[in-house]
Amino acid sequence: MNSGYPKWAPYVLVAPFVTVFAVFMAYPMLYSAVMAMQQTYGAKASQFVFLQNFEYLLSDPFFWKAVRNTFVFAAGSVLIQLPLSLGLAMLLNQPQVRGRVIFRLIFFSPALVGTVFIAMMFGLMFNKQGLVNFTLHGLFSGFDPVYPWLEQFVMGSLIIASLWQYVGFNMIYFLAALQNVSRDLSEAAMVDGAGPFARFRNVTIPAIRPVASFVVLLSLIGSFQLFELAWVLLNNSGGPNDQGLTVVMYLYQNGFISFDLGYASAIGWALAILLMGFALVQHRVSTIGEN
Amino acid sequence: MASTPKKKMKPGTVVMYVVLYTALIFCALVTLVPFAYLFCASLKPSAIFFDNLFLPTGDGLFGIGWEKMNFDHYKRLFSEEGFLRPILNSTFYASVTGVLATLFAATSGYALAKFQFRGRDGITKLVLAALVVPGALLFAPVYQMLYWFGMLDSYTGLIIPALAPAFGVYLFRQATVNSVPNEMLESARIDGCGEIMIFFTFVLPLIRPMMGAFLLLTFLGCWNNFIGAQIVLQTPEKMPLAVAINQLRGVYGTDYGLIMAGTVVSIVPVLALFLLLQKEFLSGLTAGAVKG
Repeated sequence: MNSGYPKWAPYVLVAPFVTVFAVFMAYPMLYSAVMAMQQTYGAKASQFVFLQNFEYLLSDPFFWKAVRNTFVFAAGSVLIQLPLSLGLAMLLNQPQVRGRVIFRLIFFSPALVGTVFIAMMFGLMFNKQGLVNFTLHGLFSGFDPVYPWLEQFVMGSLIIASLWQYVGFNMIYFLAALQNVSRDLSEAAMVDGAGPFARFRNVTIPAIRPVASFVVLLSLIGSFQLFELAWVLLNNSGGPNDQGLTVVMYLYQNGFISFDLGYASAIGWALAILLMGFALVQHRVSTIGEN
Repeated sequence: MASTPKKKMKPGTVVMYVVLYTALIFCALVTLVPFAYLFCASLKPSAIFFDNLFLPTGDGLFGIGWEKMNFDHYKRLFSEEGFLRPILNSTFYASVTGVLATLFAATSGYALAKFQFRGRDGITKLVLAALVVPGALLFAPVYQMLYWFGMLDSYTGLIIPALAPAFGVYLFRQATVNSVPNEMLESARIDGCGEIMIFFTFVLPLIRPMMGAFLLLTFLGCWNNFIGAQIVLQTPEKMPLAVAINQLRGVYGTDYGLIMAGTVVSIVPVLALFLLLQKEFLSGLTAGAVKG
């Protein structure tokens, strides 16, 4: 640690961040607990209702529908997206691949496109006369050429669009981790006669475990907050029969369309609790078997 | 012909090459075709939009009806829809937030890494805890506070709350620990260099790769931010691109050509920016995860 600096120096350096953090992050977080016990109409009128918001929330069928949809999306993201990302990273990590930089660039590019713009693109892709139906009907002549994706298969469509958006993004993390896997260890295992699966289980998995656990957490946090993709793709609504209603969308509808900021805060806390629960479980699971 | 001794590939290796490249090229196509689809769509007049999937067929070169395509959607976007305004709004919002958030994160990360002071451990713990707080929890209370401060419907209200980048502080703390030697700071102090001077002339150049990566990351986040602007801003003229394009679709529902032209205009600048800075960006992105 250094010495010989004036006492005020570190305080001046952290002051801008700490001030904004205190005012617009720490305080609002605490204050949202107060708001969750109010019924409000916009920012101007509020009434204290104690735990009524939470009571109502527990028996609110729309909330539970939103929770269910959000779980489906999170499960889809983690269980389909991450294996694909890892697989792609392993392909790209093969020593004989040429043009790795170009491939990496291509695979990553969708992550740069904002979610709203992705929703615009996929609105056209999933159009009855769009690219998805055309391709599937071309490959399998039995496939309905005008299948209404955004009416019949809403959550599936959202998962597909987010696959396109994030598989390459998560691949970057796995690729960085794979490049840290010791080539010597892998070769030694090969000399000892370990097959590709044994090498994957005993050499690769332990080496990428910390990064994998980070990526799972990041994906969980991200997918639990699904809003923009669904909201924009489904024309500023939860879609037909609320098939695409998500927790954050329900929060937004209550807080900023019906202007009940109190109920919105209660939904926010429910989301935070769900998320922290999942983060804890994920942390437990990912540390099982670690020495 | 001078024959150079060429290693003969084993048949197994050849099969592996074919499988490997087929898989990679397939994935690359799946990634790129939607971009091509988007771009083609923006050039097709509304009347013949769904006649062909990509480009209209005709008698031109490659059997494509080049003469049927035009830039009318782009012209309309700027002349009738005033799309220049949201582009400028987004540029302003993303640049100001990017620069300030990066500076705040860098100074704090440096302080947490290289100084001993009261509250240091507390701040470090709070920064880590903030990483798992869902942003949606803050929508309602921050809206309420912006109302109290009279900052609703202004860019001040959109930018200031974004200047507490906990993730950035964490990244810069790691970067400073890894790349700024203590001896250098000590000798600069012995030479009588002021603390602010030390940060700007000695520390900043060493953490420049992280500065680039985080600046770009924040810029992207703002450029693509929809919900923040949707909640804080009200006046249509103030809206950034992400909201403007959604409003455009609200009005012109199925005029896909116009909407896709708007989408192309929105994503091309960030793709170009990324191509310029991709190397720094990708290494900065993974630095926190792999080393931390």
